[in-house]
This record gives sequence, structure tokens and C-alpha cells, in this order.
Amino acid sequence: MNPLTSYLLLSALLFSIGLAGALTRRNAILVLIGIELMLNAANLNFIAFWRYGPNPEALTGVTFVLFAIAIAAAEAAVGLALIISIYRHYKTTNVDDVSTLKG
Amino acid sequence: MSASFAILAALVVVSAIAAMTLRNLVHCALCLAVTFIGLAGTYLQLGAQFVGLAQVLVYVGAVAILIVFAILLTRSGEPGPGRQFSATALMGVGIALAVFAVLGKVITSSAVAKRPAPPMFDGSKATVAKFGERLMTDYILPLEVLALLLTAAMIGAVIIALREKETK
Repeated sequence: MNPLTSYLLLSALLFSIGLAGALTRRNAILVLIGIELMLNAANLNFIAFWRYGPNPEALTGVTFVLFAIAIAAAEAAVGLALIISIYRHYKTTNVDDVSTLKG
Repeated sequence: MSASFAILAALVVVSAIAAMTLRNLVHCALCLAVTFIGLAGTYLQLGAQFVGLAQVLVYVGAVAILIVFAILLTRSGEPGPGRQFSATALMGVGIALAVFAVLGKVITSSAVAKRPAPPMFDGSKATVAKFGERLMTDYILPLEVLALLLTAAMIGAVIIALREKETK
């Protein structure tokens, strides 16, 4: 198998695992972990395409991943702060129980 | 496909599945750290040294620890008596499987899969000095915007997580 294809398949599998976790788990922290896994799958795609792309000297893929890592860190910090805030208010981190806005 | 890639891929996939299925949240966070380490190894294998080390530094060093702190602060380390998966779990797994089927079909049937692998890229061309040069010249505006974003996110996280004042 082409090495690029195997990296892309690994990334697709990681994305699907993260998606399954984010859709099925009831704890908000685990939903956030699933989103982190999906972000990392996207980063792996960027690195694989950079390495096997036509012009790796330009360093575009890796630079994009650096920015993506920084944004993911900011997202994790704000997301966990929101979860802690929700826990203070509702005394739970279960996403099924936080349904005040549900119609 | 080399043996090192097979080992790293197995490590990443198994630990990711464990992180999403285990009952104890602290175990989940530790499995997530293993996933991040495996991904950092994959980046190193692809010749992206700086990103691999940044991955270890940011994800294993900061995000995983942050998640452990959040688990401790919300006292959800011990699994509760109820179910761990939502009522629509089967549908969620089905959606994820469908997404993987579509992605796999597209990847294996695309022209990229048939293209021969390019010659081995010299990893020494992607040095930290090159990165710094690019960040300080071509990408200076995104870098500054990102710095602003990180500052705003840090202040925002502190304000959100601040204890609300008791109303008299």
C-alpha cells in the first residue's frame, strides 16, 4: 500500500473513533476528548500531505499544524473552564442532564 | 508499510479506543496521553521533528494534564452508577462507522493512492531555524493574531471558571 494512503486511513480511523466517542459518551469531558482526537486526526492529515506532497520545502503543512495545535490548546482551556462552570451550576457533567434550553 | 508505522498505528488506534470506552475517566485521560505520544511518534517518522516535539509539549504536557485537573475538579473520576453511554449510542456508532466507510472509500479510490511515493524528503531541511524564519516573515500576521487569541482565551477561561460571587 502507498504510504500516504496508510497514513490517511489511520487518520480517518482516528477521526471516526473521536466522532463515535463525542456522539456516544454522556460525560462532557469525554466529549471534549473526542473532539481533541478529531483535531489530531486533521493534524495527521496535514503532516502526511506535507511529507508526500509535491513541494515539502515550503513548510506550509507543518506551519498550519503549529497554528492548529495552538488553537486546539486555547479551545481545550475554554472548553474545560465551561465544563467546570457547568459543574458548579448543575452539580453534574452529564450532557444529558444539562437540558434547560431543550424545547 | 514499515513495521514502525504498524506499531505506532496500533498504539494510536488501541489507546484511542480505550480512551473513548473505559469507565474510569482518569484512565481515559491517561490513554489519551498515550494516543498523543503515538501521534508525536508518527510526526517524527514523517520528518516533522519540531511539530512532533510541540505535540509532546502541548498535548501530553498541557492538555492531558488540564483534562486530569478538570476530572478532579468535577469529581467525575469515579464512574457513577448510571450508564456511561447516551441513549442514542447505537446511532452515534453507526454514524461514525458510516463516516469511516465514506472516508476509506474516497481515500482508497482517489488518484492520490495510485501516485508513486516521492523520494525521501530530507528532514534536515525542516529545521527550527527555517520555521522561525517563516514565522517571522511570511506568517508574522497570523502569529500575532494567534498570540492575541491565546491571551483572550486565557483571560476568558479564567473569567468563566471564576467562582460566582455570593448574591446577598
